[in-house]
Amino acid sequence: MLEVEGLHARYGQSHVLFDVSLRVERGEVVCLLGRNGAGKSTTLKSIIGVVPPAAGRVRFKGEDVTGREPFLLARLGIGYVPDDRRIFADLTVAENLDIAARPAAGGEGWTRERVFGLFPVLREKLGHKGGHLSGGEQKMLALARALVGNPELLLLDEPLEGLAPLLVRALAGQILRLKAAGLTVLLAEQNVGAALGVADRAYVIDDGRIRYHGTVADLKANDEVRRRYLLV
Amino acid sequence: MDLSALASQLLVGLSRAMILFIVSAGLSFVLGVLRVPNVFHGSLYMIGAFVAFTIAAWAGEPALGLALAIAAAPLVVALVGLVVERTLLSHLYQREHLMLILFTFGVMLILNDVVKLVWGADYRSILPPAALQGMASAFGLALPRYNALLLGAGPVVAVAMWLFTHRTRVGTIARAAAVDREMVGVLGIDVSRVFALAFVVGCYLAGLGGALVAPTTSISLGMDHTIIIEAFLIVTIGGLGNIWGALVGSLLFGVTQSVGLLVWPQFAVVFPYLATVIVLLARPTGLLRSVW
Ligand SMILES: Nc1ncnc2c1ncn2[C@@H]1O[C@H](COP(=O)(O)OP(=O)(O)OP(=O)(O)O)[C@@H](O)[C@H]1O
Ligand SMILES: [Mg+2]
Repeated sequence: MLEVEGLHARYGQSHVLFDVSLRVERGEVVCLLGRNGAGKSTTLKSIIGVVPPAAGRVRFKGEDVTGREPFLLARLGIGYVPDDRRIFADLTVAENLDIAARPAAGGEGWTRERVFGLFPVLREKLGHKGGHLSGGEQKMLALARALVGNPELLLLDEPLEGLAPLLVRALAGQILRLKAAGLTVLLAEQNVGAALGVADRAYVIDDGRIRYHGTVADLKANDEVRRRYLLV
Repeated sequence: MDLSALASQLLVGLSRAMILFIVSAGLSFVLGVLRVPNVFHGSLYMIGAFVAFTIAAWAGEPALGLALAIAAAPLVVALVGLVVERTLLSHLYQREHLMLILFTFGVMLILNDVVKLVWGADYRSILPPAALQGMASAFGLALPRYNALLLGAGPVVAVAMWLFTHRTRVGTIARAAAVDREMVGVLGIDVSRVFALAFVVGCYLAGLGGALVAPTTSISLGMDHTIIIEAFLIVTIGGLGNIWGALVGSLLFGVTQSVGLLVWPQFAVVFPYLATVIVLLARPTGLLRSVW
């Protein structure tokens, strides 16, 4: 569904991604693991186009979409949940969801009601301003906001970061439910344990380069890679 | 000085403040959503007044003429805004503010020449229909009838703007784009079209202000200068991008001006500026919350 080939990205003069290649098949949950500053967020931002690729190709559903504007990529079916949530603080929860809603290509898709099934707390806070929610609630709202856009591929940037252990487990459970509902997910995480619990395959990125990829079982067995690139 | 004269003067000031509010609400909205300090906003106000004059003169009959002018002139101005936005401004949003100020300043000079070419340098005026001439009085206070009408126009625009930004999808998107346009794009929304609409709404308000003020003033070249300075000051004291701030700023401006006329006529113009300085010394970011 998603193929990234030889992707390079830079912020002004500083070159941060080097020849990054990865693929995500329809229905998979793939995680992108790496330490602080490894290049996880930049990879996701280059895919959704907010950091336009300096070189390389991005293909989505077989179509070359390199360099397209983010709103066009979103309309093609890519949803993006940034690590810093970027909830519209002045808008209510309901408004945050309403402006993001777009009907599913086929079938019922994710409606507001269905999203409340995953995150009941949002229903109770419908009239509250986004800026008045707690950090965890904002994370849920960011995910809910992406879902009501009915993406086929969801790019999740550290959804588990900063959450209390109980919430981490709950949210990991929700990601599995999304997968069961047919969503394809590319998950950038530092929380290796939780990420490996939900993913089918993993890529390991360090210093802007992909260092390893394989199944979750392989990575769990590979102490060498985990020690070199994932331990802080 | 008797109290009812003061109260009448206050009402005139309030009605003048309503024009200031309508114009600066447009400026503030554009500033908030697009982050563009639109220097030619005053020119659009002037064009609104001239177009209103042309429509009223063409219609002949005063009541019909004024009604048509107020309905259509702002639309003409909005169209001018749309053309400038689509052809030029839309390519410049990424530039820094100085660039945007210089660009919109350039457009102001061009529009000024266009007005000179089309309408010449003569003074024009619109005669209000008989029903709106003379004084209205209520509770022992006298107020020119047309000013009474203006008093109603301000709240109507305020409510309409609130409904637009809070009760329509595109207005809600505009509020979101004011804060984080990139994230709005990521949701699959073409921000460029939202910006075009927001800009057109701002221009419409400038044109509406011009059309509404036309029957109370002599329509002439140069009427853009005063209003643009006043509108920028109002937006600054109110809080950038805050519509209610524009309302508060306009009231402060209009009322200090009219009270100044009563207490010290020779220096009346100084009062609103003095009020501005005092407000900015006390609250440099404006009275209400700025979206910047
Ligand atoms: N806006 C920016 N401007 C300049 N450099 C940046 C910017 N954002 C990130 N970088 C740099 O790019 C590199 C990769 O950053 P990135 O945010 O992609 O890492 P990450 O893996 O997501 O890290 P984290 O776990 O901290 O989120 C880092 O060296 C970072 O300092
Ligand atoms: Mg990151």
